[in-house]
Amino acid sequence: MNAVYYISSVVAVVATVAAVTGLNAVHSLLYLIVSFLAVALIFFTLGAPVIAALEVIIYAGAIIVLFIFVVMILNLGDVAVEQEKRWTVGKMWVGPALLALVLMAELVYVLFQQTVHHLPGAGPIQPQDLGATLFGPYMLGVELASMVLLAGLVGAYHLGRRRQPDETAQERQEPVDAGARR
Amino acid sequence: MASIPMEQGLLLAGVLFAIGLTGVLVRRNIIFVLLSLEVMLNAAGLAFIVAGYRWGQPDGQVLFLFVLTMAAAEVSVGLALVLQLHRVFKTLDVDVASRMRG
Amino acid sequence: MLHLLFLVPILPFCGFVVLALFGRWFDRRQVAAIGVGSIGLSALFALLVGFDFVIAPPAGDHFSQSLWTWINVGGFSPHIAFYLDSLSVIMILVVTVVGFLIHVYSAEYMEDEPDGYARFFACMNLFVGSMLTLVLADNLLLLYLGWEGVGLCSYLLIGFWYTDPANGRAARKAFIVTRIGDTALLVGLLLLFTKLGTLQIQPLMQLASERWVVGSSITVAAAGLLLGGALGKSAQLPLQTWLPDAMAGPTPVSALIHAATMVTAGVYLIARMNVLFTLSPVIQTTVAAVGAGTLILAGFSALTQRDIKRVLAYSTISQIGYMFLAVGVGAWSAAMFHFMTHAFFKALLFMAAGVIILGLHHEQDMFKMGGLRKQTPLVFWTFLAGSLSLAALPLVTAGFYSKDAILAGAWASDAGGRWLWAAGLGGALLTGLYTFRMVFLTFFGQVQTPFHLKPGLRLLLPLVVLAFLSIVAGFLDLPRTLGNQPWFSDFVHTSLPETKEIAGSVERNLQIVASLASIGGILLAYYFFLREPGFVRRLMMTPLGAALHRFWFVGWGFDWAYDNLIVGTYVRLARANRADVFDLPMRGIALINQAGHIVLSRTETGRLRWYATSVAFGAIVAVGIVVFVT
Repeated sequence: MNAVYYISSVVAVVATVAAVTGLNAVHSLLYLIVSFLAVALIFFTLGAPVIAALEVIIYAGAIIVLFIFVVMILNLGDVAVEQEKRWTVGKMWVGPALLALVLMAELVYVLFQQTVHHLPGAGPIQPQDLGATLFGPYMLGVELASMVLLAGLVGAYHLGRRRQPDETAQERQEPVDAGARR
Repeated sequence: MASIPMEQGLLLAGVLFAIGLTGVLVRRNIIFVLLSLEVMLNAAGLAFIVAGYRWGQPDGQVLFLFVLTMAAAEVSVGLALVLQLHRVFKTLDVDVASRMRG
Repeated sequence: MLHLLFLVPILPFCGFVVLALFGRWFDRRQVAAIGVGSIGLSALFALLVGFDFVIAPPAGDHFSQSLWTWINVGGFSPHIAFYLDSLSVIMILVVTVVGFLIHVYSAEYMEDEPDGYARFFACMNLFVGSMLTLVLADNLLLLYLGWEGVGLCSYLLIGFWYTDPANGRAARKAFIVTRIGDTALLVGLLLLFTKLGTLQIQPLMQLASERWVVGSSITVAAAGLLLGGALGKSAQLPLQTWLPDAMAGPTPVSALIHAATMVTAGVYLIARMNVLFTLSPVIQTTVAAVGAGTLILAGFSALTQRDIKRVLAYSTISQIGYMFLAVGVGAWSAAMFHFMTHAFFKALLFMAAGVIILGLHHEQDMFKMGGLRKQTPLVFWTFLAGSLSLAALPLVTAGFYSKDAILAGAWASDAGGRWLWAAGLGGALLTGLYTFRMVFLTFFGQVQTPFHLKPGLRLLLPLVVLAFLSIVAGFLDLPRTLGNQPWFSDFVHTSLPETKEIAGSVERNLQIVASLASIGGILLAYYFFLREPGFVRRLMMTPLGAALHRFWFVGWGFDWAYDNLIVGTYVRLARANRADVFDLPMRGIALINQAGHIVLSRTETGRLRWYATSVAFGAIVAVGIVVFVT
């Protein structure tokens, strides 16, 4: 099983790098699906089968599908790839990568400062435990999560709908993708 | 059922988080920015799972569920904003939307 | 009857409120009826209360009446309460009666004013009401309220003709100069409260005499600060400069300020706080010295003035100097006696001068008057009565008896009594001289300006009443050598300490010398200003005489000195600081903030990635601090 974890880790890292650095949005999203699937496997090896399933269903499923919908709505083609090439020149990566590396280094430093190493896992967590905890001590959290989802729903609806002409008077009018969405 | 040391799990979470962060900082295309954000959120969730695994407690998974909820809400609003941005500025460049300049 | 006491100060305030709020809808008769009537009623009640107090003295020779609690906070609870003893009985009687006569007089005097009739009477009522609050106050806070009220009214009334900027300047000067003293008084009050924990005058005096030893530094500080307040209000050295300029107000105002109210507040304060001053002999000697110095200086200045009202103003300063001399040497009853007689004859002189000024179309220069004796005989005779009283003509005038008591007290004093007595004597000579210079210049000699006024009853009646009082008030307190009927002193001594006695023969000799001095002054005036006016003119031609004349005319150059030393220095400092050096730190703060604003607003690029980078950087730093530092 350990081999599964390590292989999945490598796949996840490689796929994520590919997703983040990719120029074509659809390709990146596909890489991201791979990354999420790898992480789902890792979850499974870490004794969290329910979470693994949710990772596949929601992250790799719903969220990425939402991304793909948007990308298709916007109808980005080869022009977008060319644009991406212009936008992401190589040296632009240096600074942010350095920042991220420093953050990483700090984390690693903290991790290996621990006095006790190589603690084995305590074992899988049964789905019923998860359910009992979720609807026991975290009841309020669940309620709040529902509120967040509702707010997200309303927000997305409000932002996503087409404005009436009088509402967009002060905004630059006539989006190019009007035809795409019709 | 693997026996992975906690450090290695957290290390993986850290690496994924750093990659996501780099993406957020580098990309100008707002879709890639959101995509990188998803990576970061996923890495954070991974850290929770690793911790829960280490202590044998379900709380880590519960918190992953909350992160998941949050990510779903965030991405729906974010993508709606992408649509608006594209509709108004006819581009996906986040630097164009800099009206909040001090 | 005593319980009607509260009406005495309340009635003028009522008059003020009615006139101030509704004055514009009343015609002149109604305004005069309210303005004069409120003071008249107040005087009536004061007389009733005073009569009752004298006939049937209350237990302990004092009566207090508490109306309500003014403030109650943390053990500090001053009341609106009135305290009546022989000292305040005399004060309220003089203030209300003389104030009433002045109001009657003003009703006609101010009739020709185009506007401000109601304003005038409102301020006058407030003035009298404040003064009554001051003298009746049971605690020092209420006294301070009255004290400031008097200051405010003096400002309002001196600047009554506000269209002339000079009057506004005079009003401001009076207000600011007295304010210097007021500040000292306030600090003194706070000091007393901090040290003794109360502001009620009687318990305060009790505590002070129990806790403090004679001559200790705390008593010197407290008495000195109170003296500062008294100096400002009473126009004594070195704060006397405002009073001559206060002549800018209408003449009845001058009469009210000089005779009944305001300037005597300082004397009253010292008399009221006599325990404190007795506890610090240094300050008390200072009081006497200031009084002696002031009376001489002001006497010389009065001698050179051309403006009849300024002569009277300097004479007031001089006479208040006598009162200070008296309280300084511990002759408390003499001070109060002189206060009373001075109120009568000084009010009389001012109002008579007012009639003359009115009759000569607001001409105040004495050298343009003359020969008025024939033209207005009644004014002449009443003015003469007042002048004789001021000059202290022996035996028949009130001024003689009061001044004589002061001189006797000065002689008896331990602290340089002979010198103080000599100063008082010199002052008596000067008083006779400048008073009759004024009389001779105004009423004798050639007619220079025709007198056109036919004064009405309201102008003349107060003159006659006050002339009568100026003569007979002296018989209230006959010294041992002349009848030995000290009713007034006995009455005052129920609330103030006894005066030191001197031997009868010495007193007789002193009286003879003092009489000679005042008669000598009058005769000298006769010689210089009526018989041989050329002599004075020649004297003034000599360089020394001219310089001295100039010097005295401007009041010993105090105004000049203050302008140059204090105002000038201040102006120079202000000019040197034109760039506002002291503001630099403040402006520096503003500049730093502005620079910070510019720098920080640069960071607001509006670019999402820049913000994200900032957040990441901040996270790195925060985690770094947590990891590596703690």
